[in-house]
Amino acid sequence: MAKDTAGRTLLIAFLLCVVCSVLVSAAAVMMKPRQVMNREMDIKKNLLRAAGLIPAGETAGHAEIEAAYAKVEPVVIELATGRRAENIDPETFDPDDPANLVPIPSGKDLARIRVRSKYAKVYLVRDGGRVSQVVLPVRGKGLYSTLYGFLALAADTRTVTGFAFYSQGETPGLGGEVDNPRWKAQWPGKTVYDDNWRVNIELVKGGVRPGSPEAGHQVDALSGASMTSRGVQNLLIYWLGEDGYGPFLKHFREEGGAV
Amino acid sequence: MSKAKDVLLNPLFNNNPVALQILGLCSALAVTTKMETAVVMAIAVTAVIALSSAAVSLIRDHIPNSIRIIVQMVIIASLVIVADQVMKAYAYDISKQLSVYVGLIITNCIVMGRAEGFAMKNGVWHSFLDGIGNGLGYAFILLVVSFFRELFGSGKLFGHTVLPLTTEGGWYQGNGLMLLSPSAFFLIGFIIWALRTWKPEQVEKE
Repeated sequence: MAKDTAGRTLLIAFLLCVVCSVLVSAAAVMMKPRQVMNREMDIKKNLLRAAGLIPAGETAGHAEIEAAYAKVEPVVIELATGRRAENIDPETFDPDDPANLVPIPSGKDLARIRVRSKYAKVYLVRDGGRVSQVVLPVRGKGLYSTLYGFLALAADTRTVTGFAFYSQGETPGLGGEVDNPRWKAQWPGKTVYDDNWRVNIELVKGGVRPGSPEAGHQVDALSGASMTSRGVQNLLIYWLGEDGYGPFLKHFREEGGAV
Repeated sequence: MSKAKDVLLNPLFNNNPVALQILGLCSALAVTTKMETAVVMAIAVTAVIALSSAAVSLIRDHIPNSIRIIVQMVIIASLVIVADQVMKAYAYDISKQLSVYVGLIITNCIVMGRAEGFAMKNGVWHSFLDGIGNGLGYAFILLVVSFFRELFGSGKLFGHTVLPLTTEGGWYQGNGLMLLSPSAFFLIGFIIWALRTWKPEQVEKE
């Protein structure tokens, strides 16, 4: 048959590749702006939810998100010094830029993420000029997946105002309950540092005993999800510690609520 | 006309791709904890099978025999990438929940099976209908499985609470097994049992 000659085979393969690649690249290029906007809106939405600036659970419209986001100022900081990285534009900052990635020594890598950028983008929520909340992106391994979330702290840098993950792949119904609004509702008001500014936050099995002196530093662990609970606790200890946002939060306090 | 009807409806119960041919199980386990994701996945798979079968059928007389599998693969893969891009642009939240499983439609044996088994020998219109039919057969299984998993696992249907869970202050103790993948195996087993009791000709000879 004529269609099985080598030349013909190559021709068909070539034509097919051209047609398919045009199709795929056209789809990718045409839908890129919408996808980028979706991604940005998604991050903004989760950030605002963690900070309690838009109600959780309901679907917020784009206009509502943008209006609430007007109070938020993104700032890129250098993690080691805790100072603002003046030469990096928060709009274009990419936390996954390989040029800035540094390995985390295994002894310190509580969050089990292996590498992190030297810089981080944090968000200051302003209320009439003063910074009322600091929102920190955090991530770390649970049982199956890396959990990505935002931790919102009050201006005293130790009181949680909100904590929520926006991406996780833990077991639905068990570790996946990190998304449960009732579990998340325990976080606001908890204190993540002790009086000597050492990280002190714990997820306890069997539930927090009300009235115990440590209750302000404790949150119920997720039942049936020891590994996810431990992952959440460790990622908080890591990101609030010296290798994470510790220096930044110290600097922030010393400057009296400025960066 | 009756052939068109046959190719469209046969895959639903008489020759179901999941229940009789036992194909496409991986995604049937992975995306059925909630009905919402199952519906979107079913739509995406149906669209991909229908369009890839039609495309393969359209050029079937020109596909050289020696590279026919890879030609089918390229067509399927391109369509899946397009479907993934469309979902990221227009159904972002659901595409986030489906995560890698949209991309993995490429490896769904049903798609490849229809391209090689049907579209290579049949006309464009019938291949298209056959694709839709097999997509619906897959959708049928996904919907039944996800109905039971979401209802008994999280007490909800399409995210709306039907059985209030004890963890939310209700009376229903959620069945954790339903939220884990093995439960889909059990449910698919029950569906196969029900189908073969109804249609004994599907039972394999001893």
